[in-house]
Amino acid sequence: MARIESEIGVPKGGFMKWVDDRFPWTETMKYHITEYYASKNFNWWYIFGVLAMVVLVIQLLTGIFLTMNYKPSAEEAFASVEYIMRDVEWGWLIRYMHSTGASFFFIVVYLHMFRAMLYGSYKKPRELIWVIGMLIFFALFAEAFAGYLLPWGQMSYWGAQVIISLFGAIPAVGETLVEYIRGDYSISDITLNRFFALHVILIPIALIALVFVHIVALHHVGSNNPDGVEIKDHKGPDGVPLDGVAFHPYHTTKDLVGIVVFLMLFCAVVFFAPDMGGYFLEHANFEAANMMATPEHIAPVWYFTPFYAILRAVPDKLSGAFLMAMSVFLPVLLPWLDRSRVKSIRYRGWIYKFALSTFVVSFMTLGWLGLQPAEGLYVMLARIFSILYFAFFLLMPYYTAIDKTRPVPERVTYHG
Amino acid sequence: MGSVTRVACGLTALLIGLNAFAAGGAEMESAGNDVSDVNSLQRGARNYMNYCAGCHSAKYVRFNSIADDLELTEDQMIENLMFNAEKTFEPIETNMSADDSARWFGQSPPDMSLMARARTTDYIYNFLKGFYIDPESPTGVDNRVLAGTSMPHVLWELQGFQTGVFTEDENGSSVFGHFEPLTSGSMSPGEFDSFVRDTVNFLEYISEPVSSKRRAMGVWVLIFLAFFWVLASMLKKQFWKDVT
Repeated sequence: MARIESEIGVPKGGFMKWVDDRFPWTETMKYHITEYYASKNFNWWYIFGVLAMVVLVIQLLTGIFLTMNYKPSAEEAFASVEYIMRDVEWGWLIRYMHSTGASFFFIVVYLHMFRAMLYGSYKKPRELIWVIGMLIFFALFAEAFAGYLLPWGQMSYWGAQVIISLFGAIPAVGETLVEYIRGDYSISDITLNRFFALHVILIPIALIALVFVHIVALHHVGSNNPDGVEIKDHKGPDGVPLDGVAFHPYHTTKDLVGIVVFLMLFCAVVFFAPDMGGYFLEHANFEAANMMATPEHIAPVWYFTPFYAILRAVPDKLSGAFLMAMSVFLPVLLPWLDRSRVKSIRYRGWIYKFALSTFVVSFMTLGWLGLQPAEGLYVMLARIFSILYFAFFLLMPYYTAIDKTRPVPERVTYHG
Repeated sequence: MGSVTRVACGLTALLIGLNAFAAGGAEMESAGNDVSDVNSLQRGARNYMNYCAGCHSAKYVRFNSIADDLELTEDQMIENLMFNAEKTFEPIETNMSADDSARWFGQSPPDMSLMARARTTDYIYNFLKGFYIDPESPTGVDNRVLAGTSMPHVLWELQGFQTGVFTEDENGSSVFGHFEPLTSGSMSPGEFDSFVRDTVNFLEYISEPVSSKRRAMGVWVLIFLAFFWVLASMLKKQFWKDVT
């Protein structure tokens, strides 16, 4: 009797076997979560990848609810944002989470990228992870830029005007290209509509796809660590890396602590300083877009300003736009510019430490300069720091090759 | 790596310092308003409806939401504040047509819903206190904060008129020095300051009606997260016990 039942009814292995015979569920879970081994000596720099995922989810979820109430039209957009802020139940919270999330996305991603530079995470065999990550970064730029037009405030309008007009500097096709981007002879309702389409459909899909590929590539080669040693080189008899612990439950419980700390910072901004003194929500953007009145001082949101400062450091528009594009693109080449034999800054010499510090100083100073008016001393400083910024990348093949490195240990360590 | 962090922190401090230096210039008085002070907001609402709302709409702000937030009953609202609306859910609109006002003043008076967020409360506070006699101007006054403003000195009965004393800097451009009272108004300078402060406070409130609620809620959110952090840390410690 029992035999007949099993032939026609429930299979012997239970429900999961039934699923696994048809879909690699258990196998996938093991590969990516319960049997994905990452180094046990991660420090707090390693939290920013998972935090970027958290912010992505925040942006997607709040974005859905914003879309339900937002009107992508030049006539109604500004008023619909105020409608969300005042009349929609919890609309203010959803909007502040989304606007704060945009800035936090860049904070987290910049720190995530800096982590890769500290520990040489882009070096062989992780070049593709880095390149895919850079594509995510470009998509994020496009997403933030398109999103910033949507509230249709003065800074939305004039910021977009300045940036889109840059494409006009391209010889021959420039002006035509600008018309294709705007869909009009100036930024208008048509531009707003297509930016809305890009912001809520095309770029989010691209972002999600790229993040997926980023993680697939990461799990294929395995995570780097603060020592830059390959934990897969030392496996126990069971085939598990001796210095690795499973993503779940070890790294998940550790990440949870980091996520909560992050949420505290995030909520502190959302609830106590959503404008962040005009850096996250610019004052001028509380005035509706007015094509007849140019604001006195147009500054992009803070996360674009390092590159904006490079643009303005050059008197010629075409060269400025070219250098700005280069400054965004150059990091893609890091895996091939870096000739050092070691990955981690722990075992590099003073030259790289000096170069990286100079780079950080240049990047932050350029970010500050991008918020200042382009005049006098500011332009001079922008030129100096632009040169330092480019020098970090262009001279890298030389200084990393001659930099004296220290021996890398066989196994991961816990110092420093 | 510790050195990288130290350099980054030092640089951040330096940038903040430079920023503060660059932001200097003509010193403005601080509005010193407190958006959680409901009595001040009630007085500010009264001031706004009596002196501002004739010309300045606040089209995103509804009367009934003001009543809720300012602890007023609907009847109090209707009798004392709702002069140019029929229903309590209506927003604050003016009865002046934009075309007319543009013809009369040179430009239509701007909407006040978001003015405090766009320009800051300090700006509006100094603007409202900053009218001085200027015989050249069609309204008879100019403004220290917004030179050439087309707004007349609406509050002259309360403040009186004042003259502005200007000096020249090394480049030959005139720099504001101070005001000297010319005529006295119905209020003492101290009373007038409080009047303007209450009004500005109301403007800050309407620019973001949820601000007090948001801060109050934020405290509980952070307390919850702090509690959650303790649990998460204990969970992590438990799992990582066997990792050497």
